[in-house]
Amino acid sequence: MGRITLDKVSKSFGDVQVIPPLDLTIDDGEFTVFVGPSGCGKSTLLRLIAGLEDVTSGQIRIDKQDATHVPPAKRGLAMVFQSYALYPHMSVRKNIAFPMKMAKVPVEEQNRRIEAAANALNLTDYLDRRPGQLSGGQRQRVAIGRAIVREPSAFLFDEPLSNLDAALRVGMRLEISELHERLETTMIYVTHDQVEAMTMADKIVVLQAGVIEQVGSPLELYHTPRNKFVAGFIGSPKMNFIEGKEAAKHGAHTIGIRPEHIEVSGEAGTWSGVVSVSEHLGSDTFFHVHGTGLAETITVRADGEVGFRHGDRIFMTPRADVIHKFDAEGLRIA
Amino acid sequence: MATQHSQPADRLTMAPPAPEPASQPAAADHQSGTKHARTAARLMMAPAVILLLGWMLVPLTMTLYFSFKKFLPLRGGDLGWVGFDNYVRFVSSSAFWPSVQATLVIVGGVLAITVVLGVLLAILLNQPMWGRGVVRILVIAPFFVMPTVSALVWKNMFMDPVNGLLAHVWRAFGAEPLVWLTEASTQSIILIVSWQWLPFATLILLTAIQSLDSEQLEAAEMDGAPPVKRFAYITLPHLSRAITVVVLIQTIFLLSIFAEIFVTTQGAFGTKTLTYLIFQRVLESQNIGLGSAGGVYAIILANIVAIFLMRIVGKNLDA
Repeated sequence: MGRITLDKVSKSFGDVQVIPPLDLTIDDGEFTVFVGPSGCGKSTLLRLIAGLEDVTSGQIRIDKQDATHVPPAKRGLAMVFQSYALYPHMSVRKNIAFPMKMAKVPVEEQNRRIEAAANALNLTDYLDRRPGQLSGGQRQRVAIGRAIVREPSAFLFDEPLSNLDAALRVGMRLEISELHERLETTMIYVTHDQVEAMTMADKIVVLQAGVIEQVGSPLELYHTPRNKFVAGFIGSPKMNFIEGKEAAKHGAHTIGIRPEHIEVSGEAGTWSGVVSVSEHLGSDTFFHVHGTGLAETITVRADGEVGFRHGDRIFMTPRADVIHKFDAEGLRIA
Repeated sequence: MATQHSQPADRLTMAPPAPEPASQPAAADHQSGTKHARTAARLMMAPAVILLLGWMLVPLTMTLYFSFKKFLPLRGGDLGWVGFDNYVRFVSSSAFWPSVQATLVIVGGVLAITVVLGVLLAILLNQPMWGRGVVRILVIAPFFVMPTVSALVWKNMFMDPVNGLLAHVWRAFGAEPLVWLTEASTQSIILIVSWQWLPFATLILLTAIQSLDSEQLEAAEMDGAPPVKRFAYITLPHLSRAITVVVLIQTIFLLSIFAEIFVTTQGAFGTKTLTYLIFQRVLESQNIGLGSAGGVYAIILANIVAIFLMRIVGKNLDA
């Protein structure tokens, strides 16, 4: 079981309030991702749940038990750190055994769990090595192994992939998702990368300056962002925002249109502009269009075959059914 | 998972492209260039190396030379070669083995005290607290006091059985003041020398403790390790290399402590170390040959200690 409830939890460092009172429920077995720009308080929130920081006010409940003042070790949570935090002087086996040794698990049981974790994570050949002799991805797996053997009620991940190179990151992302499918344990995952959030999460919590902007499934956030911040943060490339006369036509202060929802044509369309940069990714092409009179730059996603170049004049037509409308405060107009 | 992981390995097994033939002459030129540079480097380093070598070899050779001579400056000067006479006399003297023992006890005692207290002080000084900068400077201060001065201060201001601070403390509790340098002479010397060397140990260990990744401690905390176990399993292993450095460097200097003994007990009451015994042979007995033989024994003792230390703690220095 791993249902975690935050009830009016707030955190201040001295006079600075980094997290104003906040409510959040994470259901058992859910993969929840905290996402937001750096410094938005998402890591602090995770550390509050882990017990590594004390809450200033409010209550944290784990499985209906008040855990607000329970020490971290007694909360039944396991954490994977950004730096992996492996113990450098211990072998991989001893690293994985450490939490069980502290919990005085019998040695045969320890060995059984180590073997199981090593098999699941492809670490069997590395059990007698030191962390210093492993690659980044292997270290990451050891850190996960050390978390698994505790059989926690929830896993906490603090930006676990940010120290890996791009190719490895995609691989580890899949592995963590697979792990979640297999273990069906609650996972809370902190990242600043919206792609990780979109691909892995059951539920995304978008944070800005310690405030929850929106909670929802990845597609909910994509299709119906509650405000301009969420709309701009979720989706890649970023949503285009258009103000002024064009927005007024739709009865809004600002309208937002995603790059993938604009049709491109060489002959005719609603808007026109000059291609400033075209990025060819093979499968897709991104055009950054200037001189439209709508916004400084409009980003458009087209098929990989479309071959406009720098300086070409192109015409763009937005899909009318997916135009997002926002009022002067940046809130969504339904 | 397996396929995911084998990708980088495959890439590694690909042979690096062979260098093109055209680039080989250029590479050869480059090689000869570095050979030139290496010769030049050796030439330029030579004066320093020769100076250092001479600095070590001249005294060593002179010590060896005098150790085979009967040389009494005030009683006839150079009285000719005597073979191993000095060596036999130095070892068979009743003062020899007690002096070796005193040396080892003092070195061992100071090492134990400075390492244990040094680790504790380093942990304390690493805690965020008010006035930490000032406290750190105060802790390091004893290291700047000259050994002669600090020993005299201890002897006259703390350990004096009539007016010393410790005597007053003893009397305040109704106890008979301890005559430190007579009744607990070795312990007193260890205390004085430890006081001098504790800052050094603390400083080295503090810098080591500052490099400990706080996430490791947090991970151990999450793993259910209480503070004492976090110290034993995470902090102490992290400090092992720094402790090794402290032990090795301090041993070198502690084997030759002299001023602290000279201004306090003058080698009496079981505080005569090997260094002090050699001093007495050369200057008080005016027997340079005998003292030189003692010097050679001191070199041997230092090497035995060094071998033992490297066996015990040397492996910590490997990365």
